[in-house]
Amino acid sequence: MKTSSLFQAFGAVIKRDLVLAYRHRAELINPLAFFVMVITLFPLALGAEITLLKRIAPAIIWVAALLASLMSIDNLFRADYDDGSLELMVMTPHSLSVLVLAKVVAHWLLSSVPLLFIAPLMGLMLHMDSDVIGVLLLTLLLGMPVLSLIGGIAVALTLGLRKGGALLAILVLPLYVPILIFASGAVDAAMSGFPVSGHLSMMCAILFLAITLTPLPTAAALKMSLS
Amino acid sequence: MFMRFIYKFSSPPYFYAISGKMLPWLTVLFFLLLGYGLYGGLVTAPADYQQGDSFRIIYVHVPAAWMSMFVYVVMAISGGIGLVWRIKLAEIVSISSASIGASFTFLALVTGSLWGKPMWGAWWVWDARLTSELVLLFLYLGVIGLYNGIEDKRTASRAVAILALVGVVNIPIIHYSVEWWNTLHQGATVTKLDKPSIHIDMLIPLLVMAGAFKVYYFIALLLRCRNELLERESNGKWIDELLEKVK
Repeated sequence: MKTSSLFQAFGAVIKRDLVLAYRHRAELINPLAFFVMVITLFPLALGAEITLLKRIAPAIIWVAALLASLMSIDNLFRADYDDGSLELMVMTPHSLSVLVLAKVVAHWLLSSVPLLFIAPLMGLMLHMDSDVIGVLLLTLLLGMPVLSLIGGIAVALTLGLRKGGALLAILVLPLYVPILIFASGAVDAAMSGFPVSGHLSMMCAILFLAITLTPLPTAAALKMSLS
Repeated sequence: MFMRFIYKFSSPPYFYAISGKMLPWLTVLFFLLLGYGLYGGLVTAPADYQQGDSFRIIYVHVPAAWMSMFVYVVMAISGGIGLVWRIKLAEIVSISSASIGASFTFLALVTGSLWGKPMWGAWWVWDARLTSELVLLFLYLGVIGLYNGIEDKRTASRAVAILALVGVVNIPIIHYSVEWWNTLHQGATVTKLDKPSIHIDMLIPLLVMAGAFKVYYFIALLLRCRNELLERESNGKWIDELLEKVK
């Protein structure tokens, strides 16, 4: 029997998830459509006053991104749990937290990276300046992976439950608070012409902290949910 | 030696017996502290030169806020112990703390808003401390929701322990990010009670009240743990023996 290195296993999990997603391409649109629609609701509710929209655009885009991430994260382990491949992953000799990290990376590639392409368009529709849009993209690039990583913990905890959906939101949203604050703070600062490096450094720090720490509780929770 | 004591104390029958003996003493201690604290706080402490008598709500508000954070830490630590050593009692302590902690958090929020109306002129201000206390309440609600969502109580306890540990790592991050968010947005427009070197006559009742709250938490925790133990171990032999004695 051929054994694979940890790195190969990491790549294999990502590749498998990407192939699976490619076979169901139509579903990839859902988080994007959701993101765009949530943003559309705000001008409809607030009125189309340009200065107001411009002022609150970063908040709207970030809250919409957060909700889109929350919506799509539910599928992180669901399919694998249902068809039993998650159990096989737990039983491999590789460290489960590394495989979990691979799953989260694949999820980020599939659900958050597309948002990065739509977000500038949304920014333009809300009359944001182009250099502010650049900062917005940077915060999305740094912040969205953290949302997926933290969300993974809650998904793993609620995996076996019938009514996991609402519970998932309650578990995850308080933990999203710091990233939302720093991200919209950075964009706000950019809009007022202040330097943003402080915010971005904090986001980098949180990102690396999340990459190193979150796979551990996620793996522990998965083992618990499967036992 | 220490571990032997821990194992002995954490065996359900022993815990049940000894907690039953502790409860009356704790109750007496609680009422003594509460009586002294309330008398000192509401009667003998001088009125504040600026806030008048409204400041007296701190004798409930501040201890409740302290307890809200303390209980979360207790919940996480005992959850971690339960996770590592599979001590059933630690799991029970962890989950029994959750709803008590949520009540303390709620109490701190309510008393804070009651105090805020005459002082700040608004029931709610998006101040850093208030907001992080609110987020703490959400964290508690998540823990309680997760525990109730899982059928099997042993699994639920372990899930809650993982969540509490994640939360405990996150609380400082949330706290400081919220503080930063607040200072970025509106600066120090809201007066903080930033150590205005509180008068000794005001301080002593406050500390006594904090002690009373801690004892109260201990009593509530023991009562909840005893109930939870009876429920989980309802087939246990020691419970049958207990029932024999009651008859």
